[in-house]
Amino acid sequence: MASLKDLRNRIASVKATRKITKAMQMVAAAKLRRAQEAAVAARPYSERMAVVLANLSSAVAGQAGAPQMLAGTGKDQTHLLVICTAERGLCGGFNSSITRLAREHADRLVAMGKTVKMMTVGKKGNDSLKRVYGKYIVDAVDFRGQKAVRYDNATGVGAKIISMFADGEFDVCTLFFAEFKSVISQKPTALQLIPAAVSGGKAPDLAGAVYEAEPDETEILADLLPRNISIQVFRALLENAASEQGARMSAMDNATRNAGDMINKLSIKYNRQRQAQITKELIEIISGAEAL
Amino acid sequence: MAGLHFELVSPAKLLFSGDVTSVTLPGSEGEMGIFAGHAPLLSTLRPGFVTVAKDGGTPEKIFVRGGFAEVNPQGLTVLAETAIASADLNAAAMAEQIASAEAEVAAATDDEGKRKANEALDYLKGIQAAL
Repeated sequence: MASLKDLRNRIASVKATRKITKAMQMVAAAKLRRAQEAAVAARPYSERMAVVLANLSSAVAGQAGAPQMLAGTGKDQTHLLVICTAERGLCGGFNSSITRLAREHADRLVAMGKTVKMMTVGKKGNDSLKRVYGKYIVDAVDFRGQKAVRYDNATGVGAKIISMFADGEFDVCTLFFAEFKSVISQKPTALQLIPAAVSGGKAPDLAGAVYEAEPDETEILADLLPRNISIQVFRALLENAASEQGARMSAMDNATRNAGDMINKLSIKYNRQRQAQITKELIEIISGAEAL
Repeated sequence: MAGLHFELVSPAKLLFSGDVTSVTLPGSEGEMGIFAGHAPLLSTLRPGFVTVAKDGGTPEKIFVRGGFAEVNPQGLTVLAETAIASADLNAAAMAEQIASAEAEVAAATDDEGKRKANEALDYLKGIQAAL
């Protein structure tokens, strides 16, 4: 049985842990607000982009000269999975839920006899995937030491994807990230980047008019499609940042509460033991006196 | 005549949204003025200034780079990768833009891409000289 001093030490250490988790929770809450604002501010751009792309792609759909990024290469043999995760842990199931979704997807593809390539964005995803899926990982990007996601980060990732596609290294590209629903709910999501899934945007009603395109549609598309990839990556990174902070906040809230419960239990144990010791000493004194 | 609804969006945020009299765009095939009731149009933009004219005010100038414009019956939307109000535009910001444009020229693999990147760089240098 633990001595009184051991119990005292344990209570002190759990109290220190509670202070740390409480502080982490508050930091995450402050960061979450900023990340959420950034994610919301980025939405108009990607929404407008989706609308414009939907318009253009309906115009060039079925044409022979349609860009490969839109129409696909006509094969689906090699798949590139771009997996976006956080740089740090201690955020509940955030990283593992994204990597689990990606792993299931990869296993399914492998079982179907497809070739799988992986590109990890963020340190944690790479750490957890490299042990079993290391042979698939072709590239790993991380943004360690950066405070916030910047658009150039996304264009960097986007440029890598585009140059790989141009070199014919893959046919289908899927992006994995956690969509921010609310503080307590983040949904791991798989989004197909190439060939572009443009059904999301609704074309505005032109009242019978047709778009004048300057230069022509194909040229605009050739300009827009690579940009769309960067935008989607940027959006995924922002959503991820918000989700990560949300997940960390609830994980740390749980940890703080658990530490509190533990302190209560340990204090009760400590008090009981102290009383038992006093009683024991009293009995010793009394029986000693009686024996005389 | 009803005003033109104009929105300027960058990946980071919605920069401008409101009714204006007219907007002048640096289209990739030449400057163009957009008023309310313009026919639907899609156009890429070269680096340059978007001039926004409002009722009875001095026109507002905004530098855009890597832009794209869409006109539909609801109004005009400009999507720009970089957008800086001309009041905030200084030599340092311009130098940064030029450095990234030069990197683009260096990264371009085919002749067509190189030509485009060089063209964009020339426009940027012109703007820098005018500052």
